[in-house]
Amino acid sequence: MNNSNNNLKSFMFSISGFLKAIDSRIFSQNKDKKYEPFRVIVNKEIADHVTSWRFVILNSIIVLTCLGSVFSVMSGLRGAVKTGNSGNAFFFLQMFTLSDGTLPSFIVFISFLGPLLGISMGFDAINSEQNKGTLSRIMAQPIHRDYVINAKFTAALTVVGIMILALALLVMGIGILTLGVPPTPEEFIRIIIFVMLSVLYVAFWLNLSIFFSVKFRQPATSAMAGIATWLFLSVFYPLIIEIVTKPMTPSATSSTAQVLNFEKMKIALMRFLPSQLFSDATTTLLIPTVRSLGPFTMEQVQGAIPGPLPLGQSILLVWPQVTGLIAITVLCFIFSYVSFMRREIRSR
Amino acid sequence: MAENIIELVNITRKYEKFTAVDSLNLSIRKGEIFGLLGPNGAGKSTTILMIMGLTEPTSGIVTVCGINSTTNPIRVKKIVGYLPEDVGFYDDMTGLENLKFTAMLNGCSERESIQKAEQMLEKVGLIEVAYKKTGKYSRGMRQRLGLADVLIKNPQIIILDEPTLGIDPKGIHEFLDLIVSLSKMDGITVLFSSHHLHYVQQVCDRVGLFVGGRLLADGDIRTLSGKLFNGTPLVIEVGLESLNRTDGSVFTADWLKGVIKAVKGVKSVSANNNRFYIDCEEEITSLVAKAIVDSGAGLCYLNTREYGLDDIYNRYFEGGV
Repeated sequence: MNNSNNNLKSFMFSISGFLKAIDSRIFSQNKDKKYEPFRVIVNKEIADHVTSWRFVILNSIIVLTCLGSVFSVMSGLRGAVKTGNSGNAFFFLQMFTLSDGTLPSFIVFISFLGPLLGISMGFDAINSEQNKGTLSRIMAQPIHRDYVINAKFTAALTVVGIMILALALLVMGIGILTLGVPPTPEEFIRIIIFVMLSVLYVAFWLNLSIFFSVKFRQPATSAMAGIATWLFLSVFYPLIIEIVTKPMTPSATSSTAQVLNFEKMKIALMRFLPSQLFSDATTTLLIPTVRSLGPFTMEQVQGAIPGPLPLGQSILLVWPQVTGLIAITVLCFIFSYVSFMRREIRSR
Repeated sequence: MAENIIELVNITRKYEKFTAVDSLNLSIRKGEIFGLLGPNGAGKSTTILMIMGLTEPTSGIVTVCGINSTTNPIRVKKIVGYLPEDVGFYDDMTGLENLKFTAMLNGCSERESIQKAEQMLEKVGLIEVAYKKTGKYSRGMRQRLGLADVLIKNPQIIILDEPTLGIDPKGIHEFLDLIVSLSKMDGITVLFSSHHLHYVQQVCDRVGLFVGGRLLADGDIRTLSGKLFNGTPLVIEVGLESLNRTDGSVFTADWLKGVIKAVKGVKSVSANNNRFYIDCEEEITSLVAKAIVDSGAGLCYLNTREYGLDDIYNRYFEGGV
């Protein structure tokens, strides 16, 4: 009895020692540490984001909606566990992709709210500093000019990354607790890749809105420009495609090749959309049974054994989408970088 | 002659069609307080931006302490503190936090930064409001915080762009006194731009006059007026009891010229509004007075004045060049 008590005590001591070590690493030691100016700006930006009302509001919207959708799916999944239908592969991933009809699924929410998050975190990155008169003061410090824009981007992306990762892990935790089914390593990796993709997708919108914030002096204008782009891409562009392609719709009597070409063209047009790239990529990753993203004929399916794709194959399938997303993100960043570097920084 | 700490050689800065600064040559000596004086849009701010390396000259070379600002702005920005026109702070941070941020950008650790920030706040007299958000600071307090922000990196040179704008006269006075005392104490070279000639006149060792992107003249006020008024730094203003002579004719400038013909150093005589103005090269007031009295005219007003910045200003800025 005494022995176990001692064990407990020494265990508690080791925990408190560990906590103290962490504490001193984070708080005391750093006071004498000299940081790179870049780190200084990033730290300040992260602090600004995390303490801002804007982020708190957006964060709660996203967390609440996503958790809502997960909970609504959960009851159905629990039923499946009880009746023993959970045997099919990648049961755990369904938490992210399934919808019970009342609320859209987790990935739909992320693809819908991600852009909003990106836009709201970047639309006043540069112009508000300029309007406050702080930009020229910061520029007079011994730092490179691009530190400012790079640090803004890095800080916002760090915050978004941590937030989405935490959300995904939270959902996984809820899944484990309520379903009693742990994710397999492959499922875990798929979820982590999904998180990285989401961050990349948000990064695209973040860069776009930073670009607007460099271009427009008024934060309101740049926010409007960002939201307008988002609305156009998510609502009007698909509508326009629909209208344009409607007259070209092949009739019931046309050949398979014609129908196939038409469908291919339509998909190709849709793939100009970042959101389309994102949803293609995420569905393939989180629903491993998706084997192709384009149209295919019955001939092609014949003889195929239905079953999930291995991780490597899924990634291979979405590789073009991922590359496309990276490309537009980098492109947006280059545009904002160049126009920021060329700008003459005057006081407000 | 002390060494030149800032050297601008043949600087030109063009914006598309507009030339903001036109072949400017200027050197500023170590430890002096130099005033850039000129109306709005004369190219003062552009010149300052080029000294800081924040914008590139179209042609010409800027060196600060022997370092080229255009190719090596980081090193220049380490030794030059710059207070932009209408400086801004992060309103949701306290004054201390704002200064701490600047200090950390200059490579100080957090502990060091806080120490320095407190010292600076003490220096500029803001220590009581150190933990107040800068959003609640008054205009004068913000300007003083700006000065602290500039001084926190221990600069050799400080550049202030329109530092007197928008502060009340008493505040300006205090602020300028602060600058002068700090500059004299630490041997900091100060360059500041203004279109408020009085304040420039009060504190500056030397002044550079900017009009339309060109440096019209530079030097201390006396040499400046000498330069600009062609060696006639003095004006004697003469008033007579009555312009009508006893014989019915009128006293004219030509008459006065005749009267003081014998006096050496008179350059020209003019009449305006019942007053006569005598431009002269040296102090000859008493001789002039004697000559007039001897002529029998009733002298009732005599005033000598040096050309001040006011006249320079009126003559060159408002009159248009």
